[in-house]
Amino acid sequence: MGQIHLEKVRKAFGDVVIIPELDLQIEDGEFVVFVGPSGCGKSTLLRLIAGLEDVTGGKIVIDGKDATELPPAKRGLAMVFQSYALYPHMSVRKNIAFPLKMAGMDKAEIDKRVDYAAKTLNLDNYIDRRPAQLSGGQRQRVAIGRAIVREPEAFLFDEPLSNLDAALRVGMRLEISELHQRLKTTMVYVTHDQVEAMTMADKIVVLRAGNIEQVGSPLELYTAPRNTFVAGFIGSPKMNLIGGAEAGKFNAATMGIRPEHVRLSTSEGAWKGTVKVSEHLGSDTFLHVESPVHDEPLTVRAGGEFPVHSGDVVYLTPEPDKVHRFDANGLAIR
Amino acid sequence: MARNVSPGRKIGTTVLAWFVGLVIFFPILWTFLTSFKTELQAISIPPVFVGFDWTLENYQTIQTQSNYLHFMMNSIYLSLGSTALGLIVAVPAAWAMAFSPTKRTKDVLLWMLSTKMLPAVGVLIPVYLMFIRFGLLDSRLGLIVVLFLINLPIIVWMLYTYFKEIPGEILEAARMDGANLRKEITQVLAPMAVPGIASTVLLNVILSWNEAFWTLNLTTSNAAPLTAFIASFSSPQGNFYAKLSAASMLAIAPILIVGWFSQKQLVRGLTFGAVK
Ligand SMILES: Nc1ncnc2c1ncn2[C@@H]1O[C@H](COP(=O)(O)OP(=O)(O)O)[C@@H](O)[C@H]1O
Ligand SMILES: [Mg+2]
Repeated sequence: MGQIHLEKVRKAFGDVVIIPELDLQIEDGEFVVFVGPSGCGKSTLLRLIAGLEDVTGGKIVIDGKDATELPPAKRGLAMVFQSYALYPHMSVRKNIAFPLKMAGMDKAEIDKRVDYAAKTLNLDNYIDRRPAQLSGGQRQRVAIGRAIVREPEAFLFDEPLSNLDAALRVGMRLEISELHQRLKTTMVYVTHDQVEAMTMADKIVVLRAGNIEQVGSPLELYTAPRNTFVAGFIGSPKMNLIGGAEAGKFNAATMGIRPEHVRLSTSEGAWKGTVKVSEHLGSDTFLHVESPVHDEPLTVRAGGEFPVHSGDVVYLTPEPDKVHRFDANGLAIR
Repeated sequence: MARNVSPGRKIGTTVLAWFVGLVIFFPILWTFLTSFKTELQAISIPPVFVGFDWTLENYQTIQTQSNYLHFMMNSIYLSLGSTALGLIVAVPAAWAMAFSPTKRTKDVLLWMLSTKMLPAVGVLIPVYLMFIRFGLLDSRLGLIVVLFLINLPIIVWMLYTYFKEIPGEILEAARMDGANLRKEITQVLAPMAVPGIASTVLLNVILSWNEAFWTLNLTTSNAAPLTAFIASFSSPQGNFYAKLSAASMLAIAPILIVGWFSQKQLVRGLTFGAVK
């Protein structure tokens, strides 16, 4: 069981309110990702769940029991920190065994579990090394190993991949997803990287300044963002958000169109523009196009190769059924 | 980070380092040499460097004239006592400041350090009067307390910088892993802080060992440590340089040996935080 319910949770550091008031339901077995810009309170929220910070108000209910006042150790949650937070003076084996030792498990059982975890995480060759003698990816694995051996109710991850290089990050992302599929344990995962959120989550929670902007599956957020913030945050490259007369034509204060939903032509279309920068990746072509309809360049993505370059004239046509409309408050018009 | 340094520059810095090292070391070397000279050779002009008749006479005279062991025992009592007392107070203080800082933590630290800027003579009279009143003059206990107090800011600062280096997340990880406060401290904190505490102890022992202002002013014989032992050889009948040197050598020898064997630890302690 790994149900976590937040009821009217508030958090302030002194006079500074970080999380105004927040309700959230995390169901058993879900992979929930908190995503939002840096400093929006993701880590704080995770640390409230972990019990590393005390709530200023509200209730945290874990598996139906009020856990608001419980110390971290009593909540049955395991956490993987951004810095990995391994014990530098202990070997990999001792690191992974530490939570089991704290739980008073007998030696034979500890050895069995540690060996199993080390094997599944490909750490068996490093088991006697100290953390300082490991690469970033290996340290990450040790941190995960330390979390999984105790079979917690839920895992909490705080930006676990942000210290890894790009290639490793993709690999570890897959490994964590596989881990979730195998264990089917609740995972709460914090990241500022919307690609990580989109690829891993069952449910994404978009946060801004301690407020939940939207909760939904990756595709819900992609197809039906509730407001301009979510629209701009989810999706890569970012959605083009255009105000003024052009939006008026769609009966909206702001109209949004994703780069992949703009048809490109060199001869005709709704908006005429000049290519400022073109990025040719082979699989895709990204164009940054200056156009009178918007004061910032519009981003356009064409599948495959589209042979235009800086200075060329192109015509853009938004696909009508893919246009997002927002009112003056930035809320989506449905 | 490996940097490319031209060979010329490397030789230059090496020579400079040796030069500075020798300049700093020279007085000790000279004291060492002088301690094996006769009094006449010790003041001869031009000075003799090594070409003199090496003699152990000074050391023998000192042994018969005064009780070296008595002074050394006092030095040991004072430096270990004040260090132990310092740790008892400074470890919790530094923990608190490093792991649950408040808005005023930095101010407190700076204030503590600022007391080291006050010239010691400034408080000599009040301390002296207090010592008379409490009957602490020439007592080891009184001196231990004074040495403990004057070194306390440094111990707290050193430990604080050490503890600051221990990432809070590691302690939080221990808490998540089910460690209670006692286990968190004994199994995670303490092992990580041992090197820091060790070098702090070492430095404090050395500082107390060498402290001369208070030890000279507040003792006569009973509690007098090696600093007083040295001073007793610059006597009213004039300076006997060779004997003075021999006394100095005897006084600094124990701490020099301790320092030599623990220099790695010491350097690490003093540069901790600067190099990771
Ligand atoms: N212990 C603290 N004391 C005061 N302010 C804090 C503390 N921890 C975090 N904050 C503030 O709370 C805000 C949210 O921080 P955090 O949750 O770490 O953001 P995120 O993880 O989304 O980047 C930041 O403005 C940060 O400065
Ligand atoms: Mg964070």
